[in-house]
Amino acid sequence: MPRIEIAVGAFLAAGLLALFFLALQATNLRLSGSTSGYTLIARFENIGSLRVRAPVTMAGVPIGRVTDIRFDPNTYEAVVELRIDPEIRTIPDDTFASIYTAGLLGEQYVGLSPGASDQYLQDGDSFANTQSALILEQMIGQFLFKSAEEPLP
Amino acid sequence: MRRFLAQLGRRGIAFFARLGRRFLLLLHILAGSGELFRHFDQLIRQLHGIGVRSVAIVSLSGFFVGMVLSLQGYQVLTQFSAEESLGLLVAASLVRELGPVVTALLVAGRAGSALTAEIGLMKTTEQLAALEMMAVDPIRRVLVPRFFGGLLAMPLLAGLFSAFGLLGGYLVGVDLLGVDAGAFWGQMQQRIDCYADLCSGIFKSLIFGLVVIWIALFEGYDSRPTSEGVGRATTRTVVQSALAVLCLDFVLTALLLGV
Amino acid sequence: MDPVVRIRGLRFARAGKPILTDLDLTVARGSVTAILGPSGSGKTTLLHLISGLLRPQAGQVELMGHPFPRGRRALYQLRTRMGMLFQNSALLTDLSVFENVAYPLRAHTDLSESMIRKLVLLKLQSVGLRGARDLMPNQLSGGMARRVALARAMALDPSLLLYDEPFTGQDPISLGILVRLIRQLNDASRLTSILVSHDVRETLRIADYVYLLDQGKIVAQGTPAQLAAENKPWVQQFLQGLPDGPVHFHYPAPDLLTDLLEI
Repeated sequence: MPRIEIAVGAFLAAGLLALFFLALQATNLRLSGSTSGYTLIARFENIGSLRVRAPVTMAGVPIGRVTDIRFDPNTYEAVVELRIDPEIRTIPDDTFASIYTAGLLGEQYVGLSPGASDQYLQDGDSFANTQSALILEQMIGQFLFKSAEEPLP
Repeated sequence: MRRFLAQLGRRGIAFFARLGRRFLLLLHILAGSGELFRHFDQLIRQLHGIGVRSVAIVSLSGFFVGMVLSLQGYQVLTQFSAEESLGLLVAASLVRELGPVVTALLVAGRAGSALTAEIGLMKTTEQLAALEMMAVDPIRRVLVPRFFGGLLAMPLLAGLFSAFGLLGGYLVGVDLLGVDAGAFWGQMQQRIDCYADLCSGIFKSLIFGLVVIWIALFEGYDSRPTSEGVGRATTRTVVQSALAVLCLDFVLTALLLGV
Repeated sequence: MDPVVRIRGLRFARAGKPILTDLDLTVARGSVTAILGPSGSGKTTLLHLISGLLRPQAGQVELMGHPFPRGRRALYQLRTRMGMLFQNSALLTDLSVFENVAYPLRAHTDLSESMIRKLVLLKLQSVGLRGARDLMPNQLSGGMARRVALARAMALDPSLLLYDEPFTGQDPISLGILVRLIRQLNDASRLTSILVSHDVRETLRIADYVYLLDQGKIVAQGTPAQLAAENKPWVQQFLQGLPDGPVHFHYPAPDLLTDLLEI
């Protein structure tokens, strides 16, 4: 019986270990992700198809994640909470937060373009400058509208 | 014509009677689940029989499936110069689909058939009737620990399958075909969701475990108590489990994706 | 004395085919009652009906003065007072001899481990297999397995013991042991035994009362001496094992010559 028990114990341990390995090594789960870091808030007129857990990048490097997306009924804006990794402490307060698309049809993410200010954003601060997602239909609409205004040569 | 109708009716009645017995057995097993805590050693024994003895075949299969996935995926992805996504492809296929499904098929063949044969044999040699005569409920005493042992073992085995699959995929993709190791892990870490992908995979394999073990136990318990009857029941277990797993996989995937 | 088993108008059919029809049977307390009959006469089915493994379709079975209980709990309660020896011995293959005999004790009593040990060893002693307690069932000969199963059936000191074909497939020595054991246990523990068999000689040696069963009906009954005096031809053919009589050697068939000449 003890031999069986040892074998079963080893099996359970190996199985759980395999699941943990998968969770940590192969998925977006980060054990430190939700507990450390600080939160910044960005308001957008339109977030397109941005999802919670989408990456936040600076110069193309992931430095955080979108943790929450709400709708503000007073300003009719989307309120997006960004959790920034704790070691990134120096984000200037005139930084631009924009929503970009990875590739032509890829997923959307928040890109930060640093400003020149020497005041840094603290936990709970909001971005002053944001740029909404580009919506393909709007762009096409504007383009058609413009070309309709211009007289034909 | 009348004979045809009678034949059809007889088949239909037999089919539904069987279905009813199936569900009654499941209810009986679930109602008897309290027995687990009184006879913990039985659960351990079954975890050994179903889980431990399937580890070798499951891990090895996972390893090879991962290697093949990597090889095939690379061929396709290079055509779009997207070989960086190889890790994503391998991991997504394993965690979402192949891990739960192939593990369930392997367990049905390896442990399910053995369970059916064991219980059928216990019926043939009157061991179940003997338990009954000793005023011990054979379902609680014999089927319950096997049921929960299988239920518990299945997701762990699926995890082992996927983990070894990733390892195999990594070996072929990175060491053999020269995909960048950072991209291999990075792409999957970014795009595979712990909840939507991994947890749904675990959920799937729990359901598969339930179905495979349920079929195996029922076929054994319902088998004709002759050596021929047990042989037939064993075959039925493997065929039905395989069909059930593949059908259910489609249904579950559709439900989980919210189609 | 009130009978241990009383059966009235029992009827049982399987898949539309009648197996037992309008059967009446009484088993007196303290007796060894045998049910004899050829294969396929419904003996084992009758035993399963008495033990509650099967339910009758008509008629009633009374055990120890009460009608057969409907509910599972009451049935199990009743079963702790009866033991059954199966044709295949039906030992649990993954448990040792000792654990097999201890099984009913562990399942139904809260006795201490040392108490269980004593009881099991006593039961094994009474079948002469105390020394085999650490063997596994697959290491036992057929006769030994049957004796272990007997010790297990006796574990809870039942008042009714059922034997399903106890003599089939036994060598002469273990046959002699079993025949003596059944009688001894019955008298020493004040049991009532019901024995189903087609081994005429051994059965008649120990039975107090015998029912002869053929095709689901009782054809004769009485003490062994009364049966020997019975002059129905079928009874004599069965009891003496004659190759031809009312039951013909040949299965019903057309005349051999016409059969051979047919194309």
